[in-house]
Amino acid sequence: MKKLILATVALVLGAGLAMADTVRMGTEGAYPPWNFVNDSGEIDGFERELGDELCARANLTCEWVTNDWDSIIPNLVSGNYDTIIAGMSVTDERDEVIDFTEQYTLPDPSSYLAMSDDLDVSSAVIAAQTGTIQASYIASSGATLVEFATPDETIAAVKNGEADAVLADNSYLVPIAAEDGDLMMLDADVLIGGGVGIGVRESDTELKEKLNAAILSMKADGSLNKLIEKWFEGSMATF
Amino acid sequence: MFFNCSDPQMLAGLEWLACYLTTGKHLAFYGSFGTVLLLLAITAPISLIFGFGGAVAARSHFPPLRWFGKTYTSVVRGIPDIVFFLFFVIALDQAFEWLRHKVKCPDWDQPIRQGNDFVVCAQAKLPLSSAPQWLHEGYGFSLAVLTFAIVYGAFAANVLYGAMHAVPRPQIETAEAYGMTRRQAFWRVLVPQMWLFALPGLSNLWMLLIKATPLLFLLGVEDIVYWARELGGMKTRAFTFPHADWRLWYFLGLLVFYLALTKISEIVLARLTTRLTHGQATLGGAAMQKAAAR
Repeated sequence: MKKLILATVALVLGAGLAMADTVRMGTEGAYPPWNFVNDSGEIDGFERELGDELCARANLTCEWVTNDWDSIIPNLVSGNYDTIIAGMSVTDERDEVIDFTEQYTLPDPSSYLAMSDDLDVSSAVIAAQTGTIQASYIASSGATLVEFATPDETIAAVKNGEADAVLADNSYLVPIAAEDGDLMMLDADVLIGGGVGIGVRESDTELKEKLNAAILSMKADGSLNKLIEKWFEGSMATF
Repeated sequence: MFFNCSDPQMLAGLEWLACYLTTGKHLAFYGSFGTVLLLLAITAPISLIFGFGGAVAARSHFPPLRWFGKTYTSVVRGIPDIVFFLFFVIALDQAFEWLRHKVKCPDWDQPIRQGNDFVVCAQAKLPLSSAPQWLHEGYGFSLAVLTFAIVYGAFAANVLYGAMHAVPRPQIETAEAYGMTRRQAFWRVLVPQMWLFALPGLSNLWMLLIKATPLLFLLGVEDIVYWARELGGMKTRAFTFPHADWRLWYFLGLLVFYLALTKISEIVLARLTTRLTHGQATLGGAAMQKAAAR
């Protein structure tokens, strides 16, 4: 028994002095088609495929983990994982806390999704996900903001009448509007935030450079554009 | 029973449902019920040990130990669970990493706190970033267990402290008259008798502990609430089995699960009470004696 405990302690304390090149990729896993947990329980989506390709190009061993959106930045900063690859738009506010790599998508307009199209979005009740650029946009506009922890709940809020409309990335709403007959996109897109980049700790410049090089090489040979077309089916601009 | 689930678009009705309920994600959901039961199975005895230690410390004749016991119970009982959970999990994690950092990287020259970042050397990370995912999950789970044990241990300490005082004084006096030392009287007379007095309080705590398990979700452990929300949410065609918002049904399932669990607990606890009441100098014990004599 004592030996067993000693061995466990040695394992916990001593293991892995070797390979330190494992990069833990943090994502939300609730934002199709960007990133989601598919029916076999694995992380899937545009960013999964992109991230795996970037890791291959940068010669990194990558491991995927999910984390709730509202604590995704604090957990990066405290070192629970090494990157945020979760459709996170680059904003000045976020850039103060973490660093971003090269952007891997162009700025995506935000759209309103509602049950009826005669809605005055400037005075309506609008749902948005907590901690998103859309939430801060609504908060500073005249409309009433109701926040939800997951993107899915914002849609549910519109469907059960708790909110009049939801403001979210166009790329997230397009597939939902296409499938649900009750919901429609309003003709009132707004352009907030920049493109999407991978978030890394500010102290982690080495990883940032590696990922930057990989993103630039994917941009150069057109494989990034192919991925965007595959997952967003034309609703997202290509480089 | 076993349908061909490879082409879900061709399935309908029961077949679709059978395939849907056996996806990898659902299996993970079923497995997470085990996570909850495991949490209960590990946390309950550890809290009891913490509680016993706390109660003994609070009764101690050695002032610093008594102060420690009293502080532990009053501080932990006075702070909302959720605040404690959010604080402890981050604080414990950083404390462990800081300690390991001091031991393993003595010649590290950079500050540990760089602006917002908490940076320790790669060897001090807990678990190491190269460790497999199950180790990360296990580590998160053990942090949760430890936090649960600290919080519920404080409540248990108060219950046990009260129970120790409820044992009739003549019992201890008799033990002392027989020449037992204080330690012997404690272990041979007080402890065996106090459980009956502690049981109502402890069973209450057990129920609360069962109901507190969804806090795991708050700590980022993928428990049943996490999976119910994840599975119940509306699914677009990006998924193999698209469906509308079914969270209501999943949460209904959780409701039934928790009700069943607390009902079973009630039955087991009632039996335990009967057993412990035998031969006790209490109203219940006296009633049993009378019934047997009749």
